[in-house]
Amino acid sequence: MRLWIKIRNVFRRDALNAELEEEMRLHLEEAVASGRDAMEARRAFGNFINTREAAQSVKLAVWLDNLMSDFVFASRQLRKNKVASVAAIVSLGLAIGACTSSFRLIDALLFRPLPVADADRLRVMTMSFTDLEGREDYTDSFNYPLFRELRHALKDQAAVIGLGYTGRQDITFGSDDEIERAHRQHVSGWTFEAFGLRPAVGRLFTENDDLKPNAHPVAVLAHDYWRRRFGGDPKVIGKTFRMGKTLFEIVGVGPEGYAGTETGTPADFFIPMMMEGEAIHEAGLSWFRAWVAPHPGASVELIRQRSEGIVRAHRQERVKGWPAGAPKARVAAYVNTRLELRPATAGYSSAQKRYRTALGILGVLVGLVLVITCANIANLMTAQAAARAREMALRVSIGAGRLRLIQLVLAESALLALCASVLGFGFALWSAPAVMSRINPPDNPLRLALPSDERVFFFMTALAFVVTVTFGLFPALRASSVRPVSALKGGESPHSKRRLMHALVAVQAAFCFVVHFTAGLFLASFDRLSNQPLGFSADRVLSLQASSLDNAPPEAFEQIVAHLRSLPGVEAAGISGFPLLSGSGWSNDVHVNGAPPHVVAPYFLAVSPEWLATMKVPLLAGRDFRNEDAYPRVAIVNESFAKRYFDGENPVGRTFEKDGGRNTSKRTRMEIVGYVKDARYRDMREPIRPTIYVPFRSVDEKGAPVGTQRASFVVRTDSGNPLAMASILRKAVPASRSEFRVSGILTQRELVELHTLRERLLALLGTFFAMLALVLAGVGLYGVLDYSVLQRRREIGIRMALGAPPADLAWRVSAGIFSMLIVGSGAGIALGLLSERYLEKLVFGVKVTDWWMLATPAAIIFAAAIGAATVPIARAMRVDPATMVRAE
Amino acid sequence: MPKPDSLQGSLDLLILKILKGRPGLHGYALMVAIKEFSDDVLRVEEGSLYPALHRLEMDGSVKAAWITRAGTGRRARTYELTAHGRKQLAAEESRWQTVTAAVNRVLRMA
Repeated sequence: MRLWIKIRNVFRRDALNAELEEEMRLHLEEAVASGRDAMEARRAFGNFINTREAAQSVKLAVWLDNLMSDFVFASRQLRKNKVASVAAIVSLGLAIGACTSSFRLIDALLFRPLPVADADRLRVMTMSFTDLEGREDYTDSFNYPLFRELRHALKDQAAVIGLGYTGRQDITFGSDDEIERAHRQHVSGWTFEAFGLRPAVGRLFTENDDLKPNAHPVAVLAHDYWRRRFGGDPKVIGKTFRMGKTLFEIVGVGPEGYAGTETGTPADFFIPMMMEGEAIHEAGLSWFRAWVAPHPGASVELIRQRSEGIVRAHRQERVKGWPAGAPKARVAAYVNTRLELRPATAGYSSAQKRYRTALGILGVLVGLVLVITCANIANLMTAQAAARAREMALRVSIGAGRLRLIQLVLAESALLALCASVLGFGFALWSAPAVMSRINPPDNPLRLALPSDERVFFFMTALAFVVTVTFGLFPALRASSVRPVSALKGGESPHSKRRLMHALVAVQAAFCFVVHFTAGLFLASFDRLSNQPLGFSADRVLSLQASSLDNAPPEAFEQIVAHLRSLPGVEAAGISGFPLLSGSGWSNDVHVNGAPPHVVAPYFLAVSPEWLATMKVPLLAGRDFRNEDAYPRVAIVNESFAKRYFDGENPVGRTFEKDGGRNTSKRTRMEIVGYVKDARYRDMREPIRPTIYVPFRSVDEKGAPVGTQRASFVVRTDSGNPLAMASILRKAVPASRSEFRVSGILTQRELVELHTLRERLLALLGTFFAMLALVLAGVGLYGVLDYSVLQRRREIGIRMALGAPPADLAWRVSAGIFSMLIVGSGAGIALGLLSERYLEKLVFGVKVTDWWMLATPAAIIFAAAIGAATVPIARAMRVDPATMVRAE
Repeated sequence: MPKPDSLQGSLDLLILKILKGRPGLHGYALMVAIKEFSDDVLRVEEGSLYPALHRLEMDGSVKAAWITRAGTGRRARTYELTAHGRKQLAAEESRWQTVTAAVNRVLRMA
């Protein structure tokens, strides 16, 4: 009722007391004035303090007042032990900050629902397959004819929505010279309606915007892009931009907060699916995801079964067009795919798939570091509680209740946790975006919305609460259970407290071990992966993605590459269909000596003459391509190819037949003219596949040149920093052929590093957490040993006086701790081995069970422990028996 | 906790009743008034009077004000009933009547 006034009164307590005093003084004066004896009147008033307390108990919220004074006392306590408090707050702050940071990332990538209606019902269709190494995997790519069948068949149970992969495109708003890059997403016309979205300006698409191939050049802007690019100008409606050859008209702006469905890659604008006109009737092109929004009451499992049936029937039809020689197992696996409807409440992206486990494991590591920190602080508090046993005993003697004591000690923990949370919040504010920016390549970073909203607030509050209880409750219970008689007499048995501290040391050792072990695995994996032989030299190499407005003849490309070679600073240049390790790939079945194709189809790459020299792929035998060579007549193959098909003999002069593709059984005979060493093509993890290089110049059956629209120019510069030449090269391409544009320039080094990005992140963060855990565990160990030396100095003094050798004393002081370390490490090893299943996918080139992977962390922890133990043991050695015994 | 008091319950009633008739009394005057009205039978201790007053103040039954006295220049804390206090008084009074009537009946019958 009057709670508010009572709470407010807590904060104006002094004024309240002054008023009270004044009132009473007046009362006494009047009493005396009316003839009462001054002493008697004062006595009638009783104890002034009692009266004041009685008034306060009426006027104040007593619980709050107690709590306040507990906090004031706690802050005094914390300030008394400045060094320990700062260390505790900083370490806890780092741990809480790291936890919050992980939470923000994990939440943003995996759990934060899309800002659409009923996001929790949304699903994405995936189809299982077995990859070439025999691992189960799944794909989410669909082709349009199949999608159409699915949509039609499921229309009573669910809305089936096509949503493209969000990708960067070159667009121009004004003149063609000002190319901008923006992220595009293809969407089905009915997407916005199904998602319950409303336009901020203009209109959104409807089904009528998505009817006929290439007939709807309209675009909707994402709200964020609209604000960034156009400053939120509503007159943007009706403006046009050009992408490729098509002019798109902006018809509307989406609602605030919605930026497509690709979590981590926000879309800037949306265009109808139909604008990918060439792909609409092509069952061979898989290029978007199929989303399912089940109608209320529809059974997800029924939808799944139905869809699976349709997909299998569709594939049954498709394999009829395959060449007769296709391996049976491959056909069966293709047809009998398992369709799944994966929850997509938080959006759906490949970043989620790639980083789910990695972030989860980092989250666990961070949690372990937090536990180690908590154990440290619990030890600190326990030691302090022991030092304060007399104070507590005194409090009990003068009538403090147990709950009140627990509250007193918990207030200290809570204050610590609060300070640490503030620090941690700041740390998370900085670290979450810093980590996020390392998740994808620097020029196209992962972009997650990382708001510090109520989700983060709740998480931090819960965390601070849990942390307070974790490290505070036990010392508080202990402190409050003090028995005044024995405490005031000179101390209880110190052993009980040391047992708890020893147990905490074991926990710290175990968790520290797990953190180190995991970090070691990540570090080794990163090391192995980044030292994988490439087979080519990535240094000083730039690759320029160039495209012309229309199909250009091979001569145009050759003219450009000749121009590039003539530039100063260019050492060598060549052309390839796409750069090595860019993620693009082309594989095709081949027949050697009429044999059926191998399960793993070889890779193909179109390259120009001198490409091999530019990339420094060594020629083993035969020759490089010449200008008159043309696809599909000649080929250069690698060692793996020779190994698989020609028993490792020099294949120059031999021939093979390339399958004509899935819709024809026509084969093309190609002659091997060159033989090169293995080079990485697409992936750093897989064994190097047989690879066939074919001439970039391509001719049709009649020998006429075939034009193409895009290619990569690969340039080796002679300066250490190839990017210094980027702007010169960017201008050189259109200077040579004006119909060409450079859409992107990457160093080959970046392309290589892309493949170790996740491993690098894991190694970096793993090492950071390992160091943190080690320092914390070392500090904790030091604290416990130091405390136990302090507690036992009487015993040590007596032993010394009786002539115990120093080694014996050192052993007595530290034996308990080191046996706990052994127990802890043992538990750590067990935990490490159990984690194999979760780490397997993230580890490369090392086995969880490698003995040195287990031995190294143990050695590090023991070394740190010995380092931490030196000072307290030395202190024990310096105990002066005479002083000690006299002190008693 | 307020002290147990022989006048517990009835003390609130007395304070409210007196304040109704003579608003603007301060603590000492109130104490004197109780003494006088009861012909010296009821004496309130300072240790009970002030907590009772403060409790009534927190309830919102009375409201306090500091007034500066002419002459001395000293401030005094005076009390008067609020609307809520008047209602409270009526309820307390009727309750008291009921209880005392009941007690009297018992005394007569037994």
